[in-house]
Amino acid sequence: MGRILEVKDLVTRFHTAEGTVYAVNGVSFHLDEGEPLAVVGESGCGKSVTMMSVLRLLPEPPAQIASGTAFFKGRDLLKMSEEVIEHDVRGREIAMVFQDPMTSLNPVLTIGYQIEESLKAHLDLEDEPARERAADLLAQVGIPESPKRLAAYPHQFSGGMRQRAMIAMALACEPSLLIADEPTTALDVTIQAQIVELMLELRQRRKLSLIWITHDLGVVAGLAERVLVMYAGYIVEEATVDDLYDRPQHPYTLALLAALPRVDRRRNQRLKSIPGAPPNLLVQPHGCPFAPRCEFAISRCRTENPGLTDVGPNHRIACWIDVRTRKQR
Amino acid sequence: MTVENIPELTPVSLQDEIETPVLSLTQLAWRRFRRHRMAVAGAVALVLLVLYCTAGSLFFTEDYANFNDLSIKLQAPSQEHPFGTDTIGRDILARTIYGGQISLLIGLTAMLVEIIVGVLIGAFTGYFGGWLDAVLMRMTEAVLIVPQIFLLLVMAKFFGGSIPDIHLFGRDFSGSVIVIILIIGLTAWPYTARIVRSQFLSIKENEFILAARANGASTWSIIFGHILPNSIAPIVVAATLGIANAITLEAYISFLGLGVRPPTATWGNMLEGAYNYIDQGIYWLWLFPGLLILLIVLAINFVGDGLRDALDPRSRAA
Repeated sequence: MGRILEVKDLVTRFHTAEGTVYAVNGVSFHLDEGEPLAVVGESGCGKSVTMMSVLRLLPEPPAQIASGTAFFKGRDLLKMSEEVIEHDVRGREIAMVFQDPMTSLNPVLTIGYQIEESLKAHLDLEDEPARERAADLLAQVGIPESPKRLAAYPHQFSGGMRQRAMIAMALACEPSLLIADEPTTALDVTIQAQIVELMLELRQRRKLSLIWITHDLGVVAGLAERVLVMYAGYIVEEATVDDLYDRPQHPYTLALLAALPRVDRRRNQRLKSIPGAPPNLLVQPHGCPFAPRCEFAISRCRTENPGLTDVGPNHRIACWIDVRTRKQR
Repeated sequence: MTVENIPELTPVSLQDEIETPVLSLTQLAWRRFRRHRMAVAGAVALVLLVLYCTAGSLFFTEDYANFNDLSIKLQAPSQEHPFGTDTIGRDILARTIYGGQISLLIGLTAMLVEIIVGVLIGAFTGYFGGWLDAVLMRMTEAVLIVPQIFLLLVMAKFFGGSIPDIHLFGRDFSGSVIVIILIIGLTAWPYTARIVRSQFLSIKENEFILAARANGASTWSIIFGHILPNSIAPIVVAATLGIANAITLEAYISFLGLGVRPPTATWGNMLEGAYNYIDQGIYWLWLFPGLLILLIVLAINFVGDGLRDALDPRSRAA
């Protein structure tokens, strides 16, 4: 299987009135064709900004993609003109589903209009075939009576239905890569499960590559094969799902997993939390960003950023310490 | 309390799922509009006034409205001239009918000019921001700080006779009508531009705009297909009030003798000269055109008010 997306040394900053925000600090990752990849990390760690940089959705200024490349099917997305990326990539080759279905559909346009729009723009369909295709898409994402629903406005849909409609919109032109930015976060648990299932099914049926951004490690397990863990604009660990759960190696991943609520834990036991707060991104990063909160930290951690290194097959971490021996590797 | 008194509960049939009728936003707005009594009254009055001006021309020709006969000047309302005659013996009833057409024409087209210019400038400044915003908004403010009336009078005086009469729809329009439309439209747009700009500034930050971009919507379609429909409510309100405003402004400049040139009648220029006769008790010169201006401006303002409530997505009364 070939690489569909290869991002190298992506650096994104925001120049704001308070100073420069170091949002993404040299992120590299790749995605194979048809592969599901999960990106996890807490709020503000740069997950969404990374993906939005790749799709060039950030307003420039204040955002600035300072360096890096993002090769998608052999073309560098970061060097494309706005017109080209708008017409050839967004919605056509790479589509995105957002977190909150309540706010990501235009309230004054019908569901049908919003799905048909990209069909008309990218596939040059006429009104009638576009409408048929849109109804078909709604049916595929599990919305009953879809031809009738095309005339509905978003406020007439429930949260889960809206997210289904969003997915239909994203899949309208059969993109080869779907980026899902926390698509289940705003939904309640039963609907979450339905949406995850729907996405998995669609992915399989359409041989879709998938990047799933989430801060819910619980969702990741059934979803992806490979996981990137991000912290403060860095990738700190990259592993297969099994490795990540069974043999986590970065102190941050360890802390995250320890913070997960478990069914088998005693009832009066408190959830474990990570002490401290994520770093202020207004400060130019130096050393390992997790060092101030890390129980394993040594003096080297505060001055030198470790960078990603291989620790096993398909397993890379950015840490000076071997957490099993508590010694510098 | 005995148990027998409790009425038996009717079992809820599962087939009785409530079917919400799919109402478009227009239908929702219409429901809310109907509740606003003054607005409905205004709308009815407006329709009647428009009928008066259009159907009225079936009874009188424009030549009759412009025909003067000094021998019957300043006659009080009578069987033959229900609204009386003016200073040079023209029938005031016929003149209010044809004058109304011109006044409405000026109101509508000046509003169109105002809305088109205002929406375009507001949309581009609000959406793109940056230097375009800076340049266009300074220009807007420059137009705004000069009092509109003053600007109107200067422009009316300057461009007054510069457009020749035109022949359209089998009628002759005084070139001054076009001049008035343009100068009203071109001095009133800054208000619309500011409203539209502020709408764009806030709406473009919504996640659905980001989602539309992420799925490949072009800039053009974001501006006109996604953001503009979201700001249609204040624009519609600005447009209705713009009509009323244009009609009053036309009356104002025409009253001062700088507006539409006779013999083309407008409600405004019919008032011109009437003030000389106020103290002589010749009330019919100013009463009828004055009343019509008052009625139409009131009616439009009520309609605008009703539209504001009806189109506001936050007012949930439906």
